[in-house]
Amino acid sequence: MNQFQYNKANEPHSAVKLVAKDPDAHFLAGGTNLIDLMKMGVVNPTKLVDINHLPFSKIEKLPHGLRIGALVSNSDVADSELVKAGFPLLSQAINAGASPQLRNMATVGGNLMQRTRCPYFFDTTLPCNKRKPGSGCGALEGINRMHAIFGASDQCIAVNPSDMNVAMRALNATVHVSGPKGARGIPIADFHRLPGEQPELDNTLKNGELITAVELPYSAFNKNLSYLKIRDRTSYAFALVSAAVALHLEGETIKEARLAMGGVAHKPWRLSAAEEFLKGKMVSEGNFRQAAQIAMKGAKAYQYNQFKLKLAPNTLIQSLRIASGIAAS
Amino acid sequence: MKKDTIGEPLSRVDGRLKVTGGAKYSGEYKFPGLTYAVLVPATIVNGTVTAVDIKAAKYAPGVLAVITPFNAEKVPGYQPDAKKPVKGLKLFNDNQVHFNGQPIALVIADTFERATYAATLVKATYQVQPFETDFRKNIDKGVTPNAGKYKDYVRGEADAYKNAQVKIEQEYIQPSEMHNPMELHVTTAYWEGDNKVTVYTKSQGVMSSQRAIAAAFNLEPQNVLINARFVGGAFGSSLRTWPHEIAAVQAAKFVKHPVKLTLTREQMFTLVGYRPLTIQKIGLGATADGKLTGITHESHSQTAVYEEFTENAVNVSRFLYQSPNVNTRYKVVPLHIGVPAPMRGPGESTGAYALESALDELSYALNIDPIELRLRNYADIDQERNLPWSSKHLKECYQLGADRIGWANRSPKPGTIKDGDWLVGYGIGCGAFGAYRGHAEAKLKLMADGSINIQSATTDIGPGTNTAMIVIAADVLGMPAEKITFDLGNSSLPPAPTQGGSSTVSSVGSAVHDVCVALRQKLYTLQGKPRDSMDEIDYAAVIKEQNLPYLEISVGSESGDNAKNYSMYSFSAHFAKVYVHPLTGVVKIKNLIAVVDAGKIVNQKTAASQMKGGAVGGIGMAMTEEAIIDNRFGRYINGNFADYHVPVNADIPQIEAVFINKPDPVINPVGTKGIGEISLIGVAPAIANAVFNATGIRVRDLPITPDKLLS
Repeated sequence: MNQFQYNKANEPHSAVKLVAKDPDAHFLAGGTNLIDLMKMGVVNPTKLVDINHLPFSKIEKLPHGLRIGALVSNSDVADSELVKAGFPLLSQAINAGASPQLRNMATVGGNLMQRTRCPYFFDTTLPCNKRKPGSGCGALEGINRMHAIFGASDQCIAVNPSDMNVAMRALNATVHVSGPKGARGIPIADFHRLPGEQPELDNTLKNGELITAVELPYSAFNKNLSYLKIRDRTSYAFALVSAAVALHLEGETIKEARLAMGGVAHKPWRLSAAEEFLKGKMVSEGNFRQAAQIAMKGAKAYQYNQFKLKLAPNTLIQSLRIASGIAAS
Repeated sequence: MKKDTIGEPLSRVDGRLKVTGGAKYSGEYKFPGLTYAVLVPATIVNGTVTAVDIKAAKYAPGVLAVITPFNAEKVPGYQPDAKKPVKGLKLFNDNQVHFNGQPIALVIADTFERATYAATLVKATYQVQPFETDFRKNIDKGVTPNAGKYKDYVRGEADAYKNAQVKIEQEYIQPSEMHNPMELHVTTAYWEGDNKVTVYTKSQGVMSSQRAIAAAFNLEPQNVLINARFVGGAFGSSLRTWPHEIAAVQAAKFVKHPVKLTLTREQMFTLVGYRPLTIQKIGLGATADGKLTGITHESHSQTAVYEEFTENAVNVSRFLYQSPNVNTRYKVVPLHIGVPAPMRGPGESTGAYALESALDELSYALNIDPIELRLRNYADIDQERNLPWSSKHLKECYQLGADRIGWANRSPKPGTIKDGDWLVGYGIGCGAFGAYRGHAEAKLKLMADGSINIQSATTDIGPGTNTAMIVIAADVLGMPAEKITFDLGNSSLPPAPTQGGSSTVSSVGSAVHDVCVALRQKLYTLQGKPRDSMDEIDYAAVIKEQNLPYLEISVGSESGDNAKNYSMYSFSAHFAKVYVHPLTGVVKIKNLIAVVDAGKIVNQKTAASQMKGGAVGGIGMAMTEEAIIDNRFGRYINGNFADYHVPVNADIPQIEAVFINKPDPVINPVGTKGIGEISLIGVAPAIANAVFNATGIRVRDLPITPDKLLS
């Protein structure tokens, strides 16, 4: 590990200032991802600004939703009675990720910032446009079994590894940030980005911007829901594919559906067309199959992830079956 | 009459030490002036190191030395004129690179962190040569190994299956699988003068480590002291002395300080062996009523360009079932990769996956129940060696396992039993592994208070060896286990074989048995009784009445000639019940039953634990484990614990171990045959066969990940 400077920030303003003026400075929260990347030489910050003492560790009830501080641990979010009552999908998604030890350390803000697990990104001897722009994409013609089927570019086919983000996307979260030019709210749909020509950028944060909280609007999506994650072992593995489903049901009629997928794109992938299709439809296997077919429009697979073209719709169907009560979880 | 204590469940005598952190492993010994060595891996696959720039590393904080091929002192055992040349990679002896990740330098510093940092500053330049790591592309370059016992084998007529009424011809793939013991490989070494070295290392055999290091540095074996008191799992990865262990000893000599060298988890993927990627072709032919008429088993395995590795991948097909015609062929394909090593159930587990899967396929082709098919081809003698079995109770294993798993509920038609969404399937897979016994010695000391200490230079890589030895001693001596201690894991103790090949209880247990018998005979003689008396002995009283401070006795123990008249194997039958989700391909193993004919079971409790551990290894082989190389770069792309999946607790069902527990009358005085390997051999095909029974999908390339089961 390279030498770096360690700074403990006592208030948000100074944290932002310290990072904004140094392009190689990073905020340090739980460190579960950043420290690993530093050990591997993937990220080499000159300066770490420890934000763990900033006042972002509360979960607060707002009139129209819930505000979760950026430093609340993943475990505390998943176990929160407020979250379990209002946003059980988020609870399920978080518990599907990592291990209890990691969830105890990892924060909400950190999880939003989690880097891809693409092996070419992690190995500094291999090409990766995300780690080293212009070096090429090792995965494009490499071992790309874990890689994207939606929204990739020929510069990068990596996926966002987070489970939490998938639920956040389905639940229309807003990411609140504070930066040198003040505070703003970023809809989760606009927070993560597709790789395009700049795969080095995972998100739309501007220089020095610090995540302070995430807000979730209350909705009727807290009764019929399922986060189904398919992976190579039963826990502590990244998703081959995951499907977050929340249904607002009236009897057997779907008033509204929220659908998002993980393990398929550079960002948590919302399935708007499939949601639109399900609106007003009856709960039925046939409708779920059609929705899954619609969801897969535009999917493109590579040499080793062809199976995702089948696994993705199947996982969505099964998650819909569970959310609607047709199948047991 | 003494009480029969063998087989009684006894908790591990060092269990408390292990769970409280009191057990000291090789990396936990501290010495004044201890320094830390970190390896620098090559980033090319094949070629030569033309220069190593060590300037920045050498002047980094805390660095004592940087060893490279250009400044290393010559290791005597690496030289062409060595008395006993050391096999394998000769680290820092020349500037050749044979695989990606091969160490090309070693940094020694005052802390691990400083050594790690300095290692990143070492810059090598290379002359790069073309390389080959792609097994499939190079399979035609397979060669018959130099070792004679891997010659082609033919009994009766070759490829007889081709003319059979019913035949199966299929290919089965075992991917590279890493041992990945929880404890990293660590070696700590310090020299006293130029001729004596003490080494704490992760070793399955302190005597073989002693021989290897003595040979490498041209020392008298007694001047090389090896300690491996506790070993945190090894699974075959510590059967040999690796180049990095010799490098640690070399470094300690160079800096004249104690040196500790710890491999990183990532380095464990390249430097300490693995189960080699193996592609096998099986041909089975049978009559319509299910009698095997021919078995053909051909296998290609990876090996390294710089060292040949071989294992018994095809041998299981020669003896497990009765067949007049059997032919096997085994080839290895040299590639620019690290050399493999035996991994629990070495060869046999790979071979049994293929044979037992093919036999299952044959059972469907014949429409005969898989257990019935095995019964119709039951081998009453070993046809390979034309010898009777010393003991074989596999039929009872079939019966017991079938009862426990609920085989009667199995449908002969795949995909027809459901529980909710889930498809339900049952499978069987059998295993066999040679029952071995080597020469072992034991020394016993009877103290004035009547307590006993026994010593032998065996090791305990996890099964609870000293607990088993104490059970054997307590049984022979007719005294409580609490009065007996057993010392192992040190090369200064009486010689014993390496812990491997399921042979420790058979070899060392026999020496312990014999030394205890010798003590009884000695004491009877001192008392003027016939030496084979069965009278109870008050050990403290005899010592007192004979006016002895203590009494010491040593024996060596090995097989008699009678053993040559028998074929000796342990056998296992594994049963799996699985649930498979038809939409997502997710497999839940609901139940695993391992039924074992391993002769007498010395300690039911630790033996059951060992069986469960082996079954977990089998689940990893079947379901999750595969080390993947990107052949464009010759480099593993999942060489870490996040991306290489060993099973987690949530993958493991209730595992039940059932022991036939009938002593083998031939192999040794205790009647034990060994369980280390057969606990794993046969597990993977049992699961794969159950998955087929559930889904109708035959997975012929492990591991069985969800993507392979999408219908």
